[in-house]
Amino acid sequence: MEKEVVLPGELLGERKGRKLGQGVYLENDKIFSKILGMPRISDVEVIVLPLTGKYIPRFGDRVVGTIKEVEISGWLVDINSPYVAFLPLSEGVEEFVDTQRSDLSRYFDVGDTIFCKISRVTKQKVTQVSMRDMIARKLYGGVVIKVTPTKIPRIIGKAGSMINMIKQQTKCEIFTGQNGFIWIRGENKTKAIEAILMIERESHTSGLTERIEKMLGGK
Amino acid sequence: MGGKKSDIELLKGGKRTDKRKPEDLREIKMEANVVPNADGSARVQFGNTIALAAVYGPRALFPRFMQEADTGILRTRYNMAPFSVVDRKAPGTDRRSTEISKVTRLALSPSVLLDDFPKATVDVYMEVIQADGSTRVTALNAASIALASAGIPMRGLVAACSCGKIEDTLIVDLNGLEDNFGNADMAVAMLPDKDEISLLQMDGLLTKEEFFKLLNMAKEKCLQIVEQQKSVLKKLYKVDKEMTE
Repeated sequence: MEKEVVLPGELLGERKGRKLGQGVYLENDKIFSKILGMPRISDVEVIVLPLTGKYIPRFGDRVVGTIKEVEISGWLVDINSPYVAFLPLSEGVEEFVDTQRSDLSRYFDVGDTIFCKISRVTKQKVTQVSMRDMIARKLYGGVVIKVTPTKIPRIIGKAGSMINMIKQQTKCEIFTGQNGFIWIRGENKTKAIEAILMIERESHTSGLTERIEKMLGGK
Repeated sequence: MGGKKSDIELLKGGKRTDKRKPEDLREIKMEANVVPNADGSARVQFGNTIALAAVYGPRALFPRFMQEADTGILRTRYNMAPFSVVDRKAPGTDRRSTEISKVTRLALSPSVLLDDFPKATVDVYMEVIQADGSTRVTALNAASIALASAGIPMRGLVAACSCGKIEDTLIVDLNGLEDNFGNADMAVAMLPDKDEISLLQMDGLLTKEEFFKLLNMAKEKCLQIVEQQKSVLKKLYKVDKEMTE
């Protein structure tokens, strides 16, 4: 049976050989939630999806980051997390770069925004990002806004329905990072930002898609 | 604090100074997410005692020597506002607040699970904005709600309650007068879901029997308090069917 919201310490049932997903812990062969979130309980796995919380890097996530520092052989990237990610030169640039002669700020400088993929995360959360991905790119111009990372799936919507609607209605270019950073460029970006912040505020209510459509179509 | 002499009659015909029965709690008000800048926050009121707690993090921890390679750390700060008491309190840290900051950290740490956040910190700030006895337990109750609303992994919520003795009567949830002039006072924090005690401090004189009786009374009240904490947190998210699909 699925409950609506679970709190830390709430019993989710016996283990019965099931896998432990995120947001749960095991004590005396019983599964408990360890966060405020929504449970997904099946015969195979028990997980609790968080409703709030900071972004913790995970392998394979696509994130929007801003360059914080330029090092000798790579860049430090702010990914809206307690942990700073490192972008090595070999993962950032395709061509051969002689580090003795050239300064890496000619590729990415402090303050630049990039869309990249988390390529490595160690147990100690030493994080590496990579530009070797189909969709990874440097983002020119535009603005970056910050939302609660746990609301990103709602902003994207089912198979991208929500974000595609905003893109079409406002004719903006939008990149949503799973870390809660969203990059927006276009003439109507104020409208797009308003819509995204409205989704963040009202993410737990129903009929949101229609309301957003109405709001964007209104003008 | 154990048995200062006063002219005030703390118990009159089985009723306390604020017309409560010995085993009654004061009116409790709780509210979550009251500080928009914080990752999680709460305001808890026990009668005239008001405490505010704000949680930040997990966030990067500096100076670096404080970082732990395999786990995150918890830092707490308990502070009383200068205007929280009738005689102005000198602002800033003092011996008392340093101690309470430490015991509240120890009271919360059996609950928080910070293994997923190596090298990071979770900061809990507790501010008492109006003090009328039992401030540390009120602050702890607020901190517990704030931690949960910040999405920090926890083994369970922490609920706290104070208890004590006036003459031969055992009482719970002491107000300022009872705290100052009662014969004994005791602060209890626990994880009601696990039936584990995480804070136990006592001042004054109690017999062994009285102590255990009082502890059981406090435990019972913690169970009541945790239910209220849970309902406050659940009220934050009224989830619709659409989202659970």
